[in-house]
Amino acid sequence: MSTVFIAFQTNEDTRPIVESILADNPHAVLDEQPAMVKINAEGSLVIKRESIEERIGRDFDLQELQVNLITLSGYLDEDDDQFTLAWKN
Amino acid sequence: MDMKANKKKLGLKEKYAHMTRGLDWETTYQPQEKVFPQATFEGIKVHDWDKWEDPFRLTMDAYWKYQAEKERKLYAVLDAFAQNNGHLGLTDARYLSAVKLFLTGISPLEYVAHRGFAAAGRNFPGVGPRVACLMQSIDEIRHAQTQIHALSNYNKFYEGFHAGASHQIERLWYLSVPKSFFDDAFSAGPFEWMIAIGFSFEYVLTNLLFVPFMSGAAYNGDMATVTFGFSAQSDEARHMTLGLECIKFMLEQDPDNLPIVQKWIDKWAWRGIRVLSLVSTMMDYMLPKRVMSWKEAWEIYFEQNGGALFNDLAKYGIKVPDCIAQCTVDKEHQSHQLWLTLCTHSHAMGLHTWLPNADEMDWLSAKYPNTFDQYYRPRFDKLREMADKGERFFANTLPMLCQVCQIPMLFTEPDDPTKICYRESEFQGEKYHTCSDGCKHIFDDEPEKYIQAWLPVHQLYQGNCWPEGTDPTAEGFNPLAKYLEWCHVDGRDTGDYEGSSDQANFAAWRGAATQNT
Repeated sequence: MSTVFIAFQTNEDTRPIVESILADNPHAVLDEQPAMVKINAEGSLVIKRESIEERIGRDFDLQELQVNLITLSGYLDEDDDQFTLAWKN
Repeated sequence: MDMKANKKKLGLKEKYAHMTRGLDWETTYQPQEKVFPQATFEGIKVHDWDKWEDPFRLTMDAYWKYQAEKERKLYAVLDAFAQNNGHLGLTDARYLSAVKLFLTGISPLEYVAHRGFAAAGRNFPGVGPRVACLMQSIDEIRHAQTQIHALSNYNKFYEGFHAGASHQIERLWYLSVPKSFFDDAFSAGPFEWMIAIGFSFEYVLTNLLFVPFMSGAAYNGDMATVTFGFSAQSDEARHMTLGLECIKFMLEQDPDNLPIVQKWIDKWAWRGIRVLSLVSTMMDYMLPKRVMSWKEAWEIYFEQNGGALFNDLAKYGIKVPDCIAQCTVDKEHQSHQLWLTLCTHSHAMGLHTWLPNADEMDWLSAKYPNTFDQYYRPRFDKLREMADKGERFFANTLPMLCQVCQIPMLFTEPDDPTKICYRESEFQGEKYHTCSDGCKHIFDDEPEKYIQAWLPVHQLYQGNCWPEGTDPTAEGFNPLAKYLEWCHVDGRDTGDYEGSSDQANFAAWRGAATQNT
């Protein structure tokens, strides 16, 4: 199994996003580095719009992730409700 | 950010389909192959361009909205950094050597990437990649501009920031390394360009440049660099998916594409790795406070992440490039060998170098237990001993350069770290030298391309690197001084950090910032 990851800038916009990801992906591992937070996960990682909306109390468009995104790894599949990273092998 | 998320009239997939398909037409005045003359000569066969899909499904309207938000954030930080004398919060002004290398060696490449993606977008007959290349082209010019803006603040206070993009990228010997990488890619066809930049550089390698190094910038108090770095890298995430999509698309379109794609992957993995050896010195030597060693970053971002990717591409028949075996050896040596070379040529560079101090050498020993104490510490000790006696050693002859990667012949044989590695090829009765099996292989595959390389050392010896009107027969002619003048390198920009005006100014200003006298 290979690892996928996603990294964001460390700031107040990304705090609820990171919390949502960790809640929705129990297998994910948090790696905090200077100015950035990286989340590693075996196989796949899913980011759900609803989970972020619950935490920020407003509508959220998953494309807003791009503003604070630093890097990612794995094949991406994005639609209106979720943003999924996975290796297909 | 407080952004309003509008209720959607169309779902993301529907909107993407509407805004990226059916935008083109079949030409009637001219045949398609004359309109897209670069689409076929590389041998890549495409049967259905509509199979290309951008996984981010980004459309132009969303692109403007999010890019504008990124810009507002970035410039707010830059203003705050400048207004509050943020440069005095750096760990040490010698850190700025890494930033100078970035500004002179990387930012001009962003501009070339802008041109290259505009050209690729023009040359692909499919609408999907054309839209994605257009957005990437705009991203790349944004990167060049924001980097130059962010670092212009340092130009007010420190040496060596004044001529990177305007003169030095085309003239300084060590900058020909990154420049030649992009020249090589841009002079290839659009599909090879996509593998070179979209895949090798963006997907496999930029993580090593932007992620741990930018985190290192934050660690060293450089808020300006970390902000433009991460702002740029947020676009890179999109570029990486484009590079990956391009590979997948070529491999799925026709089985005949496999050997061509494999050849390009092998070539560009090695080309990229050679360029990144400059970044290895930034990570291991130039950051006063270090986040991780080059070797550790390599293991995370290349071995693990690249390994996961190659596992995945195996289903198409793609094999891990042969050069990886050598990389596993090189990661223990690369940064030390290159920094030693830079330190002994620092009188001919546009930035400062220094010999690592005792603490830094202990850190290097701990991070490189298999090599540092055995091969490199004794050489730094010797250089230190000579410097202490007032005999600081600078190499006063010009090194032989690799015909492909243009790095001086300084790397060693894969099985003997005490022996310089070089390879020789013959073409049309002339001998050409390369630094490794990887570069020799690339040369031998396209010798007619690489014999045209503009090699700074050859050009210097031919007398092409002096200001106009220079008379090399004049009494007291100093070729190095004239070369540096031609490169727009001032005496204050060059040599050891110890004793430099950057060092003196930083100490004086920082003192003034904490005292009233």
